[in-house]
Amino acid sequence: MAARIWIFSVAVALFLSFSSAQDLQIVNAERRIDLSSHIVKAFLTLKVENIGKDPAADMLLAFPPTQIKHLSMVQAMAITGKKKKKTYLPLDVKPTEQPDAPNDTGYFLVSFATPLTLGETVTLEVLYILTHSLEPFPSEIAQSESQLVYYRDSAVILSPYHIKQQTTFFKTPSARVESFTSVDPANRAGKEIKYGPYEDRASYSYAPVIVHFENNSPFAVVEELVREIEISHWGSLQITENYRLTHGGARHKGVFSRVDYQSRRSISGSSSFNALLAVLPPKVNSVYYRDDIGNISTSHLRTGFKKSELEFEPRYPLFGGWRATFIIGYRVPLEDYLFEAPDGRRYLNFTFGCPLVETIVNKLTIKVVLPEGSKDPSAVLPFTVNQDLQVKYSYLDIVGRTVVVLQKDNVVPTHNVPFQVYYTFKPIYMLAEPFMLVSAFFFVFVASLAYVHIDLNIVKK
Amino acid sequence: MAANGSPKPEPMAAKKASPDLLNSSFSFKSLKLKTKQQELLLRVSILGLVYVLAFIARLFSVLRYESMIHEFDPYFNYRTTLFLTEKGFYEFWNWFDSESWYPLGRIIGGTLYPGLMVTAALIYWTLRFLRFFVHIREVCVLTAPFFASNTTLVAYFFGKEIWDTGAGLVAAALIAICPGYISRSVAGSYDNEAVAIFALLLTFYLFVKAVKTGSLSWALGSAFGYFYMVSAWGGYVFIINLVPLYVLVLLITGRYSMRLYVAYNCMYILGMLLAMQIRFVGFQHVQSGEHMAAMGVFLLMQVFYFLDWVKHQLNDTKLFQTFLRITVTSAILVGGIALGVGTASGYISPWTGRFYSLLDPTYAKDHIPIIASVSEHQPTAWSSFMFDYHILLFLFPAGLYFCFKRLSDATIFIVMYGLTSLYFAGVMVRLILVATPAVCLISAIAVSATVKNLTSLLRTKQKVPQTGSAKGVGSSKSSSKVTLDQSQPFHKNGAIALLVGVFYLLSRYAIHCTWVTSEAYSSPSIVLAARGAHGNRIIFDDYREAYYWLRQNTPTDAKVMSWWDYGYQITAMGNRTVIVDNNTWNNTHIATVGRAMSSYEDEAYDIMRSLDVNYVLVVFGGVTGYSSDDINKFLWMVRIGGGVYPVIKEPDYLVNGEFRVDKGASPKMLNCLMYKLCYYRFGELVTEYGKPTGYDRARGVEIGNKDIKLEHLEEAYTTSNWIVRIYRVKPPTNRL
Repeated sequence: MAARIWIFSVAVALFLSFSSAQDLQIVNAERRIDLSSHIVKAFLTLKVENIGKDPAADMLLAFPPTQIKHLSMVQAMAITGKKKKKTYLPLDVKPTEQPDAPNDTGYFLVSFATPLTLGETVTLEVLYILTHSLEPFPSEIAQSESQLVYYRDSAVILSPYHIKQQTTFFKTPSARVESFTSVDPANRAGKEIKYGPYEDRASYSYAPVIVHFENNSPFAVVEELVREIEISHWGSLQITENYRLTHGGARHKGVFSRVDYQSRRSISGSSSFNALLAVLPPKVNSVYYRDDIGNISTSHLRTGFKKSELEFEPRYPLFGGWRATFIIGYRVPLEDYLFEAPDGRRYLNFTFGCPLVETIVNKLTIKVVLPEGSKDPSAVLPFTVNQDLQVKYSYLDIVGRTVVVLQKDNVVPTHNVPFQVYYTFKPIYMLAEPFMLVSAFFFVFVASLAYVHIDLNIVKK
Repeated sequence: MAANGSPKPEPMAAKKASPDLLNSSFSFKSLKLKTKQQELLLRVSILGLVYVLAFIARLFSVLRYESMIHEFDPYFNYRTTLFLTEKGFYEFWNWFDSESWYPLGRIIGGTLYPGLMVTAALIYWTLRFLRFFVHIREVCVLTAPFFASNTTLVAYFFGKEIWDTGAGLVAAALIAICPGYISRSVAGSYDNEAVAIFALLLTFYLFVKAVKTGSLSWALGSAFGYFYMVSAWGGYVFIINLVPLYVLVLLITGRYSMRLYVAYNCMYILGMLLAMQIRFVGFQHVQSGEHMAAMGVFLLMQVFYFLDWVKHQLNDTKLFQTFLRITVTSAILVGGIALGVGTASGYISPWTGRFYSLLDPTYAKDHIPIIASVSEHQPTAWSSFMFDYHILLFLFPAGLYFCFKRLSDATIFIVMYGLTSLYFAGVMVRLILVATPAVCLISAIAVSATVKNLTSLLRTKQKVPQTGSAKGVGSSKSSSKVTLDQSQPFHKNGAIALLVGVFYLLSRYAIHCTWVTSEAYSSPSIVLAARGAHGNRIIFDDYREAYYWLRQNTPTDAKVMSWWDYGYQITAMGNRTVIVDNNTWNNTHIATVGRAMSSYEDEAYDIMRSLDVNYVLVVFGGVTGYSSDDINKFLWMVRIGGGVYPVIKEPDYLVNGEFRVDKGASPKMLNCLMYKLCYYRFGELVTEYGKPTGYDRARGVEIGNKDIKLEHLEEAYTTSNWIVRIYRVKPPTNRL
């Protein structure tokens, strides 16, 4: 891995003469990378200046290929005003391809609110989130050992533009840092490692660094999450969430000792976790927590006005590489989530993402089960997802219910934003199922009435 | 209601089943229903209530715990049902299960009674067809209560057949809540008995009906009932022996009739042919010693018929006597020789050990430890009779008296059924279940007859009857009572006192049944519940914790060795291959596991290596005080292991004939694999305040070996309350 990065950086060096098409330069850049959990959050503050003649409408953010596949989300905002009067203006960010990208560098295109003219500057705040970017080393640890991880990045920001001055900070969860690559000037103070300031780095500069540090935060990775949201116009929304959870950190090696685990918690199994927190909507009711073989009794629900919190424990503590599958189901009142659009259509307004805090979801599928007889479904989301339609049969269904399937990979808590599903529905369909039941009972009574009164004997008595 | 002139004693049952029914009948009075209609309405509504009652009384376990499968065998049934619904019937029938009995495997289709699974799957498919998308687990959980409800209906018709509708209603009510039946039919107790008792009673009812009417259609029905029973439970052997015995008794008592001939022949021949379609039963009906009685009686029937015909043809009685002697002698001779030759040549298999152990309760203890080791195979204690039958135990003899007083083909049957099954119930605890319907029916006769007599006594005392019909229906019997009553003026009061007594007893019965059901028979035994220091409920869910750990965190092809009790649960919940399970068809294999558990670690390691074992699972109650753990079962492992491998000797594990785990235990005990696995690192733990470390709460002693080192195994997982401990078998070290 390290060797590959070296080759990569050599290759980058070859491309140093590569010049960007646009005449932008970054006057000042500050990058803060938060390594305190297993979700790596990077905050990038860029001061961009247009030095070309043509007005620039957008700029590129570059990511090395090792990061681009772990990149979960990129957000950018333009800052106007100073200090206390700061206002944030969200900018449009979308992935893009560059024909002459060196070494499979990935790009995101940030569109400015107003094009920059010559000499004009803008301050951007970029947040990007990386998942699965902490590599446990050693990759297998025993119960009593602490978890150490590698984080690989560059000391200088990879950018297609010239950067006049830049600094990078790495924030580690504890003061225990085994080692970090030194790129002068680089120093460490407590939980913070500072690289820089570096002056006048050409575009596509790259200086690979490795930080080796202790990280015992729960590496809760949901390998697959299927959330089914079933709309019933009779007044409730039934949500069923199927989790396949794993501990994504260093694999557990050797024995699991219950004596050590229960009597010496401080030094035993420090990287393991046994409790999780799910943030559920307020007014949640009929909550259950179970798995394939039955109910799991270790959970507590706290309901509130703003949110409900479900604190639950898997059947066993999760050590590195251990898995647990479980189902959480709950019901919420319909009136908080289903609305009628001005054009007469109905729409569901619900939160995307995973209710568990600080977890990565490798593959998230949200299935919105519309009532039977719904037509023309369409989903509105702030980011791109794979969409599909299915049919599901539930109680007393004849034609089946339309299911809007939304699927997205690499989801982090930042994705917990509202989304909408629009559909048309005639209220008369609501009566179909009660009518079926009533008629079935009616038929039974008529049949028994007929049976009592009809003489089925061949021979008259 | 009595004033209303209803001639039947159903109102009594009504009072017992539900008091508010009285009100409803009063409101119907204004509708001017005919007495007969009124009676029908009452009967139907009482039966409906009893039907519902039987179902809901069994839901305690769901309310107290959850909708889950209980105990051990039901997990196998659930797993196979799941397979059946997922893969279809043919796959199920041809299923070779490599997950159990490693490395032997098990041919599931050929070694189980498929009735239960097919029933549940049919219910499931029907519900799905009707667009009720329930989970198969819910169907399995509720199968037993559903069939218990159906059994009450059959009990009603049976009671009606042998006595009258009143007895039928009382029988339905009694059996609906009888603890002896509830113990094996609560929601979640998804076992063969759940449907088998229904099938058993149905077969008996239809057969009695067939004997009574001599109708082919009823006999055919009973053959199909028998087929269902054979498909559902091994207890069908009881039917195939009781029915011939009954026929034989009828023959001996001179009650032979054409009706009996038709009923038995049709039922036996068709039932036998149908039963042969079940692979597990196969040709046993013609080849096994246990089924020969039925065959013999069948042949005897033909001889009887033949003799009857000859008697009809021959008018000379003397000649007939000679003929009779010759025929009977030669028939017995031929039968005896055929049986002898069949047995000697091995065509007819001898009786199995299980059958012997039924006839001789001490047999299993001496010869088959694996049967004796199961707690439900122990001889029944008196207290469990009291517990399971309560007042029925006293009503039963009274019912027998009534039956003898009014002897008929049907009452002879129920008497025989009651007496034989009660004997078997005494031999094995679990067979209380088989006796329960008979006990309920006979007791119902006692209750119904007594109440009927008492009420008729009361009614005739009323000088001014509100409706004239009472006396009209009252028949000569009641008028004779009138004359009697005049001589005994306290009769009325006595009758009232007795009636009150009967209702008191019956209400005690209802209270007892509810209490027993909720306290004793509604625990799933997978989840253990206890009361904490502050009266709060503590749940020990260690079994599922361990099984789910196995399921999620071990390689899918891992082999788990444990004592056979947990085999079904490990395959069903842990989804891993086991060495032995609750099927116990191969004694040697179980003995091998028993031997490994009772050997020293290095010897056990060789055995485990030879069986490809990856994980060893033991159940240990020392921390929680859970007493049915592997240490307490250990002597059975030694006995079963020693039964096949004489190297294992029981006295090695005992000190002066005493089984102990403390310092005074035998050295072999302190160092055998089971001891080591249960108590590994237990010596470091303080389990109870004020007690030394390593204090075993299940046995109340401080353990004798606190410094246990494992060489070839390592702790893989121990559940939060230490109930289940799983060890990983290390691969062999490289030899230099």
